[in-house]
Amino acid sequence: MLSKLYGSTGKILVFAMFTILGSMIILPLIWMLFSSFKENSEFFSDPWGLPRKFQWNNYVYAIKYGVGKYFTNSIIVTVLSTIFTVFFSALGAYVLSRFEFRSKDIIFIFILGGMMISPEVNLVSLFKLLQKLNLYNKHIGLIITYCTYQFSFTVLLMRSYMLSMSRSMEESAFIDGCSSFNVFIYIILPISKPVLASGALLSTMHTWNEYMFATVFIESDKLKTIPVGLVTLKSALKTNYPILISGLVISAAIMIILFLIFQKQFIRGLSEGSIKE
Amino acid sequence: MKVYKSKKIIILYLAPVIISLVIFVYYPLIRSIIDSFYSWVSYSPDRKWVGLANYIQIFSNEEIGTIFKNNILYAILSVIFQVGVAMVLAACLEELFMRQSQKYFRTILFLPSLISMTVIGLLWQALLNPNNGLVNYFIHYIGFTNVTPLWLGDQKIAIFCCIFVSQWQYVGYCMLLDLVGIQKIPRELYEAAKIDGGGSIKNFIYITLPMAKESMLVTALITVIGSFKVFTEIQIMTGGGPGRSTEVLATAMYRSAFINDEMGVASAYAIIIFGITLVLSLFQLKITHSGQV
Repeated sequence: MLSKLYGSTGKILVFAMFTILGSMIILPLIWMLFSSFKENSEFFSDPWGLPRKFQWNNYVYAIKYGVGKYFTNSIIVTVLSTIFTVFFSALGAYVLSRFEFRSKDIIFIFILGGMMISPEVNLVSLFKLLQKLNLYNKHIGLIITYCTYQFSFTVLLMRSYMLSMSRSMEESAFIDGCSSFNVFIYIILPISKPVLASGALLSTMHTWNEYMFATVFIESDKLKTIPVGLVTLKSALKTNYPILISGLVISAAIMIILFLIFQKQFIRGLSEGSIKE
Repeated sequence: MKVYKSKKIIILYLAPVIISLVIFVYYPLIRSIIDSFYSWVSYSPDRKWVGLANYIQIFSNEEIGTIFKNNILYAILSVIFQVGVAMVLAACLEELFMRQSQKYFRTILFLPSLISMTVIGLLWQALLNPNNGLVNYFIHYIGFTNVTPLWLGDQKIAIFCCIFVSQWQYVGYCMLLDLVGIQKIPRELYEAAKIDGGGSIKNFIYITLPMAKESMLVTALITVIGSFKVFTEIQIMTGGGPGRSTEVLATAMYRSAFINDEMGVASAYAIIIFGITLVLSLFQLKITHSGQV
């Protein structure tokens, strides 16, 4: 009887703990959502309450004050970075998982080694290098660096998946006279779909949220991506919080929606190789 | 197969990855090492060999103590929360009576890690605003009307606020990874323990922890590596201030490069970060590849 009581107290405590933790996470996010619909005066006088009237105008202003432009830039950079990262990583992983050559181990270590050199370490030299290569203050410079710093991880992720795939289909395709590129496009890529999806989602998340490169390698306001744009917007708006907060909501919503749709692929990708921003 | 031996195709297919790694990862690293021995500014070709002077300047600066203290504090607290606490939370969620609600808690706790640090940083800056932020509003609401902490504006607690926000963002993420790990532990182990009459806590100590030991060690190393590279959260929330109280290696590097225009000093900071993270990464690689994980 006593141990049963003890057991249920424990259960209640655990459940209570998760409820408190969950509230600590969700309340600030809900506050963000509510605040984005408030009038500025209401935001200050009644910080914790439903908006009296939903001010959709905040979103219109946020988009007009720059979020629209930053959003478009982020979409361009994210989509292109993701496509290039996934395509070239898959191509590299295909070679590493299938082809036979002597320097394979060295190439493998070379790619693996890329993971040990972090973007922070190269920030200053990359800044100079991009200027020299005429890639500074251009989306293409940002896209190339984003791709490069994701190659190592994505190649390794895809390689281990491709190693586990059966080779019988490719073999018959080669006997029928297919080129290796056709085999890659029509056989390898379709079978690798799950890992391509994981790689693409991680790349999207990383690129959409990245701040450091975006703030150092882009100078013109009209080229800024959303994380940097929001910081610019903050100093431009001074104390008009609700408009800034609607910008925050727009940026956050995209990733949350993507996650809710592709939860399975997200979690697989994350647990395959624990990486973090 | 003959096709799989063609050198031309191998080179062609690997080229995009290899060439970009050479140009944008390995070359800049070598440049950083060389540049850290020179005194130079951003928009002038003149440079002067100064030997170790940039490093000496960094280590003789009184701020270096604060900088390392902040990075180490970041590492310790992150390991406690993202490795220790996250694991306990994951084990609790795997308990039978939590199974039904697991889905909801899992998703809610994971949400912040999907959002960019910029958004999280700006959000918490608003929440922690001493005059009109929600946190102080709450403190006043529950009765402590004369307590008004400055949070990010207080030299003593600002760094803890930054670290808190990081944990707030990533505890759920680590918990989710641990959950995936726990679910891979063979069920038979727990069933056998059940027959022997083991309780939840005993199961956690004698089955879950030993089975997850190696992966926890790797997570701990990744977390520590991350703590020595931390940049965005601090840059957004405090920019290293107030004073220099929340300065970390990466923000100090940013300040040297893009505010003080001492590119040589910035390169030296970069190499210090590289040195620390390299040692930790090699250690991590050794554990991962010794077949233990």
